Amino acid sequence: MGNVIGIGAAPKRKEDQRFLTGRGNYVSDIKRPGMAAGVFVRSPHGHALLRGIDKSAALASSGVIAVLTGDDVKADGLGSLPCGWGISDAQGVPMKEPPFPMLAQGKVRFVGDMVAFVVAETPEQANAAAELLAIDYEVLPSVVGVLEAVRPGAPQLFDDVPNNICCDWELGDKAAVETAFRKAAHVAKLSLVNNRLIGNPMEPRAAIAEYEPGTDRFTLWTTSQFPHVVRFLMGALVLNIPQHKLRVVAPDVGGGFGVKQFHYGEEAVITWAAKRVKRPVKWVASRSEGYISDRHGRDHVTEAELALDETGKFLAFRVNTLANMGGYLSTFGPNIPTNLYGPLLGGVYTTPAIYCNVKVVFTNTVPVDAYRGAGRPEATFVLERIVDVAASEMGIDRVEIRRRNMIPKEAYPYQTPVLVQYDSGDPMGCLDGALVAANVNNFGIRKAASASKGKFRGLGYSTYVEACGLAPSRFAGRLGARGGLYESATVRVHPTGQVTVMIGTHNHGQGHETTFAQIVSDKLGVAFENVDIVFGDTDRVQFGMGTYGSRSLVVGGAALSKATDKVIAKGKKIAAHLLEAAEVDIQFESGKFSVAGTDRAKTFEEIAGAAYVPHDYPLEILEPGLEEQAYYDPVNFTYPGGCHIAEVEVDPETGTVTLVNYTAVDDVGTVINPMIVEGQLHGGIVQGVGQALFESAVYDEGSGQLLSGSLMDYCMPRADHLPMMKVATHSTLCTHTPMGVKGCGEVGTIGSPAAVINAVVDALSHLGVTHVDMPATPNRIWRLLQNASLPVAAE
Amino acid sequence: MQISFTLNGRPTTVDVEPATLVAELLREQLHLTGTHIGCDTSQCGACIVHLDGLPVKSCTLLAPALDGATLLTIEGLQGAPGSNQMHPMQEAFREHHGLQCGFCTPGMLMTAVALAAEKPDLTEADVRHGLEGNICRCTGYQNIVVSVLAGAAAMNAAKGE
Repeated sequence: MGNVIGIGAAPKRKEDQRFLTGRGNYVSDIKRPGMAAGVFVRSPHGHALLRGIDKSAALASSGVIAVLTGDDVKADGLGSLPCGWGISDAQGVPMKEPPFPMLAQGKVRFVGDMVAFVVAETPEQANAAAELLAIDYEVLPSVVGVLEAVRPGAPQLFDDVPNNICCDWELGDKAAVETAFRKAAHVAKLSLVNNRLIGNPMEPRAAIAEYEPGTDRFTLWTTSQFPHVVRFLMGALVLNIPQHKLRVVAPDVGGGFGVKQFHYGEEAVITWAAKRVKRPVKWVASRSEGYISDRHGRDHVTEAELALDETGKFLAFRVNTLANMGGYLSTFGPNIPTNLYGPLLGGVYTTPAIYCNVKVVFTNTVPVDAYRGAGRPEATFVLERIVDVAASEMGIDRVEIRRRNMIPKEAYPYQTPVLVQYDSGDPMGCLDGALVAANVNNFGIRKAASASKGKFRGLGYSTYVEACGLAPSRFAGRLGARGGLYESATVRVHPTGQVTVMIGTHNHGQGHETTFAQIVSDKLGVAFENVDIVFGDTDRVQFGMGTYGSRSLVVGGAALSKATDKVIAKGKKIAAHLLEAAEVDIQFESGKFSVAGTDRAKTFEEIAGAAYVPHDYPLEILEPGLEEQAYYDPVNFTYPGGCHIAEVEVDPETGTVTLVNYTAVDDVGTVINPMIVEGQLHGGIVQGVGQALFESAVYDEGSGQLLSGSLMDYCMPRADHLPMMKVATHSTLCTHTPMGVKGCGEVGTIGSPAAVINAVVDALSHLGVTHVDMPATPNRIWRLLQNASLPVAAE
Repeated sequence: MQISFTLNGRPTTVDVEPATLVAELLREQLHLTGTHIGCDTSQCGACIVHLDGLPVKSCTLLAPALDGATLLTIEGLQGAPGSNQMHPMQEAFREHHGLQCGFCTPGMLMTAVALAAEKPDLTEADVRHGLEGNICRCTGYQNIVVSVLAGAAAMNAAKGE
């Protein structure tokens, strides 16, 4: 018998063996008999009328099997790609929701918009035929920036969406905020841009679809974070395929970060095409194709104002944001800059009045949707930046102003003025821990050492909170969610006592096969190696909402915990019969069912055996078998948070910012596997550092061309950009999740951009710099230094 | 055209179109899908293999260049021959959580093994510089760097035995 490995231990990951030996099973690795190749023909224009498509030359090209366009979609009566959230304005008027056809009809609205799908024997033949497609475009002016898109006279994407405004959303008590501003001793103001990002999971998106005429069943293999949701959205709302006739498989997926948590048109087109051509069809995106079709993230322009009294206490916070939605509404698009943004503007502070207005705007760019953190990094950035601005203007230390406004540990549960109620937290504890870990006391010595080399050194803080564990369905429903956000798990105990778990979350790097097995091993006393986790296949897993919003452990883990409790409860009934005792007298501990106060006991394996070989079994009151299922819908979000401290060095000669130290102390609730949690924090932090220092999706206004369309133009963080980070946890337990967990997938990305930029501004503050937009590239910093008209060399 | 080369220790002869990239040959014709394709600009490093002992990006190498050469892919990386064990670098990545989604991992490992073989006394800075051609989006590189240093130490120790 192997070892029980419980909660809090750090076993090596179960999933690693296959990845380390090159035996993972990603969609692009899969081949099906008779498989054909598909390529998408995409709009080269940001905005154009689609006058007509002449397929004849393409169809005559060697190896071509089919060429499909928007007209074919229309002729087959297929649906539009659905949006999963419907938001409304202050008067309750629903957002404008223009159709999002899976292949463009009449008009293209961004570079990358899909115009046709070519199926051929080989990818080379499909590509060659795609070149022969004669597409008649009438090019229109594009608008890519939100400020430009809402100006009078701007190009209009849709006839029935005036000024390109999808929704004019608001949250909070506007009048109370205005009153507070009138009483303020000081008002800090800040205009900022939250830069547009491209998620870039290392595995490009891919899909294979197959139709079996004998059973009238479809199978779609897709690089998805939520196969059951794809089955529902695509089957029920786009292609009219009954749910029981559609299998969606998301096998090993090479990173997601949100990019793979949407239902994409490619999935629908390829599934529809597979039946039309009666062959399995495979499509694998190139990286450049991903740049113009993977949903982008962030892209806000914001004006913020913070009202303070003479002691630096926050009285009110007002935020006006223009959020870019791109050319159409993606699956979660309108939810991100609204419901996942406004409610986080309270941060870890006691600000009594908050008002937020967000204009959600269409532009000729790739649709924008959730990217790791999704709304919460944007909120954190606005708040943590303006706190620094206010501190600087009022001459209050940046740590001190945070302390004066922080929610004390004993004030939890804490109701914010923007919907959410934090159940638990200790921001001051995280701050104190981080100050020590970052050795802030000796910063002056390090700054002087940098100065002696001609470098400017800066320190930046971010004390933040986020909402995750998406999501309480009732709450989400009130905010406009069109689906539920629970999770499900089945625990199947085999006759020999080994366990297979079927769970609706999706593992694409987070280590669920390990973490979830630890939970089962801990609770059932079963050896860790005797537990396997199954995910990512709608035929094998009962149901699920997938992985996003740091929800897998919080919501999925809770469902698993619940299902495991049901297994124990049933096991007790079986044990009571076998041990001839009353059920109330049966105890379960360390893998043994025993009669309290006696040495009479049955092992977990014996109970499992009896359940499947019920010769001596309470058949009159219990069904045979030992398999239980649970659904779990959370009662609240969870609220991880923490304190991040970044230390940077700026080279005034080149404008290069180097991240030299990074410290994070995060409250993620109960830690199941500290090794995995640390890994999640590292990765999350670096994605936030990427936003702060390197990454930016840049479009050309007018033409709508994406200028940062490859890994050579879009700067990803690399190993030599980074120092060794110090990460630690300072946990308070979530009061409403079964295990006290809060989630850890996004905290790093949420806390870090503000910490890094606050450090950059600190490094340059002696030159009068009060704000730096992201990314703080050498070019941007160098220009700032030239314009500072102050001595550039360090003193 | 026909080419012959040594693939993971075995003599191999295949018919290829001259324009075939090595990454495609491995994945499509030879069913060795551990070599991954993560980009189209030779930036990401997911496709790195060893050609005559040196790390190369197999997405920019044409198959005819393999003729007469020795190729090692992730599927051929192993511990002591016949031991049925993983290579010390693979073990180090597992031990130090040097991977998450696994997609960049084969390329990282191939690069790491070559780095360690080239310089026995690797420093953290050497590793960070040496991994400049490999992109990972999951780990923030920290545990990869720790893994490479540990794997290199284990390789040195094994050499000394």
